[in-house]
Amino acid sequence: MAQLLTLEATNLEIKKGRTLILKGLSFTVQAGSITGLIGPSGSGKTTLMRAIVGVQAVTQGVLTVLDRPAGDKTLRPKIGYVSQIPAVYDDLTVLQNLRYFGALTRASRAQVDETIAQVRLDPQRNQITASLSGGEKARASLAIALLGDPELLILDEPTVGLDPLLRIELWQLFSQLASQGKTLLVSSHVMDEAERCESLLLMRAGELLWQDSRKGLLQAAGKKSVGEAFVEIITREEAK
Amino acid sequence: MYHVQAILATSGRILRQLSHDHRSVALIFVVPCVLLGLLRWLFDENLQAFNTIGPALLGVFPFIIMFIITSITTVRERISGTMERLMTMPIGKLDLLLGYMIAFGILAIVQALLASMVLLYVLDIEVLGPDWFLIVMALADALLGTALGLFVSAFARSEFQAVQFMPAFILPQLLICGLLIPISQMPELLEKIAYLLPVTYAIDALNAVTTHADVTSDSWRDLWVVIGFALAALLLGAVTLRRKSN
Repeated sequence: MAQLLTLEATNLEIKKGRTLILKGLSFTVQAGSITGLIGPSGSGKTTLMRAIVGVQAVTQGVLTVLDRPAGDKTLRPKIGYVSQIPAVYDDLTVLQNLRYFGALTRASRAQVDETIAQVRLDPQRNQITASLSGGEKARASLAIALLGDPELLILDEPTVGLDPLLRIELWQLFSQLASQGKTLLVSSHVMDEAERCESLLLMRAGELLWQDSRKGLLQAAGKKSVGEAFVEIITREEAK
Repeated sequence: MYHVQAILATSGRILRQLSHDHRSVALIFVVPCVLLGLLRWLFDENLQAFNTIGPALLGVFPFIIMFIITSITTVRERISGTMERLMTMPIGKLDLLLGYMIAFGILAIVQALLASMVLLYVLDIEVLGPDWFLIVMALADALLGTALGLFVSAFARSEFQAVQFMPAFILPQLLICGLLIPISQMPELLEKIAYLLPVTYAIDALNAVTTHADVTSDSWRDLWVVIGFALAALLLGAVTLRRKSN
């Protein structure tokens, strides 16, 4: 049976200047799933995500997103991207930020309101973004990515610095989005976030250490948590 | 249809951002007027000289201020990550620049109008040529400053660099545009270079207003050259704006 693939990379290489950031990655991500892109900072997660959303040039290899080459114009309305640093206008209110990006992604005013509620920013909707806390700003940035109902969400460390309760709420939102058929790629350097993903891409130093379901990883490594499994896989790799 | 929407949404957004920053707005509008007033005071004993140099500086002040504001705002957008976010969205590069151009164009128009009014009716400058051409020329210069600011911001990695573009791009043009010494008295090579730069034409037209009762054909040419440079800078800005980084 043919699986629906949202992302497919074959020997993906990305160089920045002379430094090889991604060293020939091959992986697939299935539609309607939550995939965790897990690895320490500096492992190339952000570069990979930027390539998927089309703002980072691919040096070699193939990167296919929703059946089109990454960066293709027709993909832009279909992808929502949250960068690591919240990309919002500090000098606008939350609502003004969302209305502007909403106009660009053809989201209705009703959808703008709905999205603000989804990320629990209703009390802050008329607040200037600069005065928001780090977590509130991160949620405003996430809300913008949800506008226009994109099929694929690329979320670069969306839950860093959030209070634990909010984190659980956001992961519930992610599951809900996945159950609606959306595909999510969520990066994190925190291993316990990986426990919430169905499938995992483990990265280290520009290489892909593992790609499979979380269960598969735990089984293969014979460990109980993704953190332990990650260490086990690295130890095995280095023993080779 | 989408393009028009994206352009208007962008200029609306920029004006909304500015509306939260009263001090900047006040500075944009007041500074050129105050500078012209200072100039008038400086030449209090020699109104003849004020009448000659006043119109030329009406072209210069809004030009410089709009250049700085536009380049810094654009660089700020790049640093804050919102530019990258926009580049992942359906909005076209030219849509974005036109949105910028309209927002800052509105500012430039208000600023140039205010400065011209002050010069003409508060400071009572005496020029032979028609007032309206003086105003039109001041507007064109402010728009040129905006377009050049948009263009050069593509080459700035930080706000610090963007500020330096003022002395690097703008001051040389001001030195050789005929403001300090007439172009005909400059070394031949500099004279040729001067005629490749837009500010030369702006100053030429503004000087002509002081000495000619009618708008000469040269002045019309000057106006079109300035507008042409502004459009070219805008298009180049769209070309140099990169969606993808290497």
